[in-house]
Amino acid sequence: MLQIRRDLVDAIVAHARKDHPDEACGVIAGPVGSDGTARPERFIPMLNAARSPTFYEFDSLDLLKLYREMDANDEVPVVIYHSHTATEAYPSRTDISYASEPDAHYVLVSTRDPETHELRSYRIVDGVVTEEDVEIVEAASPTESYMFAHTGSDDKPDS
Amino acid sequence: MAVTVSIPTILRTHTGGEKAVEAKGNTVLEVIDDVEARHSGLKARLVKEDKLHRFVNVYVNDEDVRFAGGLDAEVSDGDTVTILPAVAGGMR
Repeated sequence: MLQIRRDLVDAIVAHARKDHPDEACGVIAGPVGSDGTARPERFIPMLNAARSPTFYEFDSLDLLKLYREMDANDEVPVVIYHSHTATEAYPSRTDISYASEPDAHYVLVSTRDPETHELRSYRIVDGVVTEEDVEIVEAASPTESYMFAHTGSDDKPDS
Repeated sequence: MAVTVSIPTILRTHTGGEKAVEAKGNTVLEVIDDVEARHSGLKARLVKEDKLHRFVNVYVNDEDVRFAGGLDAEVSDGDTVTILPAVAGGMR
């Protein structure tokens, strides 16, 4: 299961809306806790070097900088997110072939519908995709959980 | 010519969990071969048909070797060779 703060979900969706119809991508980094699990905390939107509606790729030098930064902060890439702008929020064959962080939550958001988004999370290990629940946590209030997927109205997009 | 090779999480199964290993070589390919001699299996994850696999990025210090000669990119004593899986995907 992915537990994630609502403001971070909002940030992913806002980034995806802003870059639509190109795919948007990024990472949410976080420290590994004493129980071995990591919580997403630091939102890091990345530039899609491909600037494409059908493909995304972190710029290679940005990627190096990102990993050095996370290493220095004792962080791991807890969430790796990207958007699909014309299809559902499910990993494509290309997504699966590139996926190489077995401990990360791969979050996909679909912006094909201008009114509502679809946000789902997966583990991708050795080419096997496993969908997981997304539990959205309010900053300082009880949690609200969604089974399998969260679909909802978007907040006002950035203007 | 000793260099430090930084290994990404997904390839640490080949290095007994080590985040970084020491290696020798004058080019990226020689460094990879040297690491492969002690940690077999790593090379196949990085090199395909004598080229760098498109799913990985390799850097000598701050430079992506794709723009510096690929596997023939030169490596000097004290350099750091960093291996990172590319983060990419798409709708198809």
